[in-house]
Amino acid sequence: MTLTVDKVAKEFNRRSIFRDVSFSLSQGQSLAITGRNGSGKSTLIKVIAGLLSATRGTVAYTVDGNSLNVEDLRYHIGLVSPYLQLYDEFSGSENLELLSKIRSDLGSDSKRIQEVLEAVGLWERRSDYVRTYSSGMKQRLKYAFAVLHRPSLLLLDEPTSNLDQNGITMVAQVVAEQNRSGILIVATNDADEAAWCSSSIELGLP
Amino acid sequence: MSQFSSTYALIRKDVHSELRTRYALNALLMFVVTAVATILFALRSDQPTSSVLSGLYWVVVFFTAMSGLSRTFVSEEERGTTMTLQLIASPSTVYFAKLLFNTALTFSMTIAVTILYMTVFSNSFVIKTFSIFAGTVILGSLGFAAASTIIAAIVAKANTRGTLYPVLSFPILIVLLMTVMGATTKALDGEEFATALPDFQILIGYFLAMTGGSYLLFEYVWKD
Amino acid sequence: MYGRTRMTFVKYGSILLITFVLFAGIAIPLSPSPQNWLQFPVIPGLEEKARNILYHVPIAWTTVVAFLVSTFYGFRYLKTRNIDYDIKSVSSAGLGFMFCFLATVTGALWAKFNWGSFWNWDPRETSIFVLLLIYGAYFALRSALETEEKRATLSAVYSMIAGITVPFFIFVMPRIMSGLHPGAKGDAEGSGPVVQMKMSPNMLVLFLLGLLGFTLLYVWLLNLRVRIARIEYERSIHHD
Repeated sequence: MTLTVDKVAKEFNRRSIFRDVSFSLSQGQSLAITGRNGSGKSTLIKVIAGLLSATRGTVAYTVDGNSLNVEDLRYHIGLVSPYLQLYDEFSGSENLELLSKIRSDLGSDSKRIQEVLEAVGLWERRSDYVRTYSSGMKQRLKYAFAVLHRPSLLLLDEPTSNLDQNGITMVAQVVAEQNRSGILIVATNDADEAAWCSSSIELGLP
Repeated sequence: MSQFSSTYALIRKDVHSELRTRYALNALLMFVVTAVATILFALRSDQPTSSVLSGLYWVVVFFTAMSGLSRTFVSEEERGTTMTLQLIASPSTVYFAKLLFNTALTFSMTIAVTILYMTVFSNSFVIKTFSIFAGTVILGSLGFAAASTIIAAIVAKANTRGTLYPVLSFPILIVLLMTVMGATTKALDGEEFATALPDFQILIGYFLAMTGGSYLLFEYVWKD
Repeated sequence: MYGRTRMTFVKYGSILLITFVLFAGIAIPLSPSPQNWLQFPVIPGLEEKARNILYHVPIAWTTVVAFLVSTFYGFRYLKTRNIDYDIKSVSSAGLGFMFCFLATVTGALWAKFNWGSFWNWDPRETSIFVLLLIYGAYFALRSALETEEKRATLSAVYSMIAGITVPFFIFVMPRIMSGLHPGAKGDAEGSGPVVQMKMSPNMLVLFLLGLLGFTLLYVWLLNLRVRIARIEYERSIHHD
């Protein structure tokens, strides 16, 4: 996949969050989005994920040379974000089953679900309701959900929030895997996390 | 077709969630029972006329709908799962899933109210022309759900959700309410099926127009 | 929005027309067989009260026009995301609300003198009431939304959804239900003095002038409101 962001700007109530953001990424490349709190990192992630429309500028995706419809974007995108919630009246594995069925990604059968749950270290707790999970476990489940369908584009907003050392190791593995096979974008203030990426941009510069 | 399976999967999710938490069903049932009980106390042993009964029937359905149908969208917004759905489902999947779920909910409400009325007002709530009544309830539920769903989606994005939902829904639903009340009166009075045909035409037209319009506009409401 | 000279025509045109219609409408006497241009025919059932046609109907007409214009601009906003369309949409809706209120009041007064009570829930009365509720709901929705983009988008969607129901309650209901207004099912006279052209030519001319006058008034007020709103909007940006 190739991602092209061209002069993207976002305003709310005529107040500018960021403006003139441009970059282009293809397979194997990664980008860190840095900036102080409130500089619009999460907002930019949402725009790239297709969850928010940009006030100006364009975001374009091409897969195998063909441009991708926004409709089909969901098959190729994975997101981990503090704003993303899962259903706490369902168990971990139920969440993955239900959500993948809603997305109707055909590759996610029970074998794949087991694979990702083991990779994030939640296999033993897969049948417990998410409302019994600690915040660290919820974060791990978000990772399971994000990589389940092997997305070409993986977006991580605050990648290691709520995670212990084991969790951070897990994320590093996910990152390494994504850097091999797809595009990675990380929004963070942490220098170590930014170092996972081959390039970076900073928001909030006057 | 993946559109169908997505929609079906989302409806299943909503149904399972409802069965697990039983939040909406309980609240709605309690509402219906309380409303009917209040009417009963007010009327004592008076047996109301068919037009009054028909009006009371749909008033209870309307207010029950107002207390329950916005949940489909508001609960997603409150738990923060709206973004999850936006990420994995297309707008039309979300629209049809919520619409069908609301239709099933409305239909169950009308059944519940019907049973209650037939028990409580056993002398006066006698459905003489069943075909009119059945047609009215089915078409009325469809129309109700169609209008309520799009308004619920709108209200979920606003701040003062509680009172806003009936305020926005009522003007849209008045046409529907007037029609179903008239048709239900005819059913209670034992009129011929043919007399209700103009009403059915309006109900079908309303349902089609509402669903079509909502489907086209839903994406503007759903996507930020 | 309009050039200066065009708006001057609109302004003075509407003042002139409405004043003229106001005076002529009240001053011209009725007579059973009108001989010349300075007499109105007697419409059975209405007589003197028929004069209200010249005011109530144009006002009701204008409120519907305002609603359609507001919805149209809402639609344009959805297509272009240009906030100017939202400014036009809400300005028109505000005017529509005012005209709707006036239409309801003139209608209720007429109903009291004609049919005995201020309100009877006949289909046309119900329709104007529903329109009033729609306007109210529109503004309630707008006040519950904080972001300007959300406010513009959702109120545009709401007015379009409400617009879908408008054909239903304006055309369909009165055909099916009998009512007091002319043109309802039970009316032996048929569709009433306006549609059936029971008005004599001079009354018709006055009526059409009134219609034009009120429409021009609406255009003028809309122009003023939009210009004020635009200035306020520009001001609010520069204050940040």
